[in-house]
Amino acid sequence: MRKGAVLAMQLDARRARPATGIPAEKKHSRLRRIGHSKTLIIMCLPAILFFLVFAYAPLPGSWIAFTNFNYHDGIFGSPFVGLRNFEFLVKSGQLWKLTRNTLLYNLAFIVLGNIVQIALAVMLNEIRSKYFKKVSQALLFLPYFISVVLVGVIAFNLLNYDTGAINTLIEKTGGDPIKIYSEAGLWPIIIILFHLWQSTGYGSIVYFAAILSIDTSLFEAAAIDGASAWQRTRYVILPSLKPTFFILLLFSLGGIMKGNFGLFWNLVGNNATVYDTTDIIETSVYRMIISQNNFTTSTAVGLYQSLFGFALVMLCNWIVRRVNEDYALF
Amino acid sequence: MRSSKDADPSDLALRGVSYLVVTIFTIFCLLPFVLIVSASVSDENEIVQHGFSLLPRGFSLEAYEFIARSPRQLIGSYVVTVTMTVFGTAIGLLIIAMTGYALQRKDFPLRNGISFFIYFTTLFSAGLAPTYLWVARELGLKGNYLAVFLQLLMTPWLIILMKNFVRSVPAEITESGKVDGAGDFRIFLRLVLPMMKPALATTGLFLALGYWNEWYLSSLYLGSTVEFKPLQYYLYNVINTANALKSSMAGNNVSVTELPTNTLKMASAVLATGPIVLLYPFVQRYFVSGITVGAVKG
Repeated sequence: MRKGAVLAMQLDARRARPATGIPAEKKHSRLRRIGHSKTLIIMCLPAILFFLVFAYAPLPGSWIAFTNFNYHDGIFGSPFVGLRNFEFLVKSGQLWKLTRNTLLYNLAFIVLGNIVQIALAVMLNEIRSKYFKKVSQALLFLPYFISVVLVGVIAFNLLNYDTGAINTLIEKTGGDPIKIYSEAGLWPIIIILFHLWQSTGYGSIVYFAAILSIDTSLFEAAAIDGASAWQRTRYVILPSLKPTFFILLLFSLGGIMKGNFGLFWNLVGNNATVYDTTDIIETSVYRMIISQNNFTTSTAVGLYQSLFGFALVMLCNWIVRRVNEDYALF
Repeated sequence: MRSSKDADPSDLALRGVSYLVVTIFTIFCLLPFVLIVSASVSDENEIVQHGFSLLPRGFSLEAYEFIARSPRQLIGSYVVTVTMTVFGTAIGLLIIAMTGYALQRKDFPLRNGISFFIYFTTLFSAGLAPTYLWVARELGLKGNYLAVFLQLLMTPWLIILMKNFVRSVPAEITESGKVDGAGDFRIFLRLVLPMMKPALATTGLFLALGYWNEWYLSSLYLGSTVEFKPLQYYLYNVINTANALKSSMAGNNVSVTELPTNTLKMASAVLATGPIVLLYPFVQRYFVSGITVGAVKG
């Protein structure tokens, strides 16, 4: 997840708001102004074309969710079956399992992720040695920089039964090696740890930047009042992180139906023995397409995910707007 | 009242804990890389008997020698990935910069409309299946590198990021260009673009990373239809399919069982990741600016 994105969008939305409040201008002058900005329109054209082709054009294809799709008749010629695809998903318990896994993993990522990131940011702020700061920050980022495929290689190196480093260690200390790849119960922990490993450095820098932007006079005042390190953290730093936290929270809640597909797939892949605890919406859709050529069920699941996700963004935004308008996304 | 903050014991305690925890975290971030490199220079027989460990078991460059003997696949993959990364970053960057500039111009009446058009795609999108059918079948891009190349050119997020970056270029620059009678595109190219170097570096880095680390679109649209897979997808195959190792070593008349499978996988991982990690120290600061651009400027 790219947190900078959220903040950028947030600021964007806030800046855009006053513009809409400007009293309506005369229609003909607006038209003329559009005419004058021909070059600017042309400059936006490649991007508009891009989103038209790769984001908007596939939308009508969602119709497949209500059909019994076959290649011969195409998307709109295939027989209409109403909600039968969804019925199947609900009755087989598949939809519930995928929704549960996706939601629970994301909740764990959000809660644990933010706790670890904030704690690490506070600690990074305590580091005085410039050299230490530089080196540690650089290394904390490194995991975010590499491809998820390499994360999969690392997992293989650590976890596999025959030669995995963890089993090597267990054997060395006299224990019996564990078949980690068939222990469904272990996987939530493994996936969460790898997720934190890859995203903590990145996320903590967002919070660290927010700490750096705190008015230094607040710290001076706290020092004069004789505040302890704990009090300074509790009463100066944490309250200042609240806006950042809420913006990030809102965004992650909006995306709570979307999974970190690459990570899940490269850690678990086609290992059916642990699906029960590891299968999320994206992995199941991907598998249906890649190995089963199943487009009806996968479209139905995808549409369900998009609609549910969209409704969640709207709901979260509505709630946040009522609590504090400044934190709302739009 | 205390004369110095450092005199407070709780300060010292927090600082001590901080150094300790950050050190541990840092080591954890580094260890897996050590594991992979160690394994790649280990002796295969030792690995089979005793398993992977933090330090190399024995020392052997056998895995690298194997790859060096028939490097065709790896070199081909490098060429594909480097080409895509260079051209994709350059073209994507130009489009993103143009769009970002136009969208932050206060006198551009369509800017809110177009911004929403782009932003909306992050709120609601067609699922993977309809997108796949559209790109692979309707556009006919199955098995075509363009399916991967084009879809990675830009993201809504990068455009919004660029838009925020462009704000730091004073509007007077545009105004002065207008007074001199320059057209909008000329103003952008000659006056604004040269002032946006840090923004271009940051956005370019994200684009380049996207191309370099790409394996997902390749698995969907390229599969086994192309001879040379993008680098990370090549690695993905080497790790996940027993036969990929053998076929990528096609020049050798060896059976799968004779291959030093474990160390070969690790050596492939090192070779596929190497350049980006070596480049990392030089580009890392741009990365930080990308993350914090929205966060600091409240």
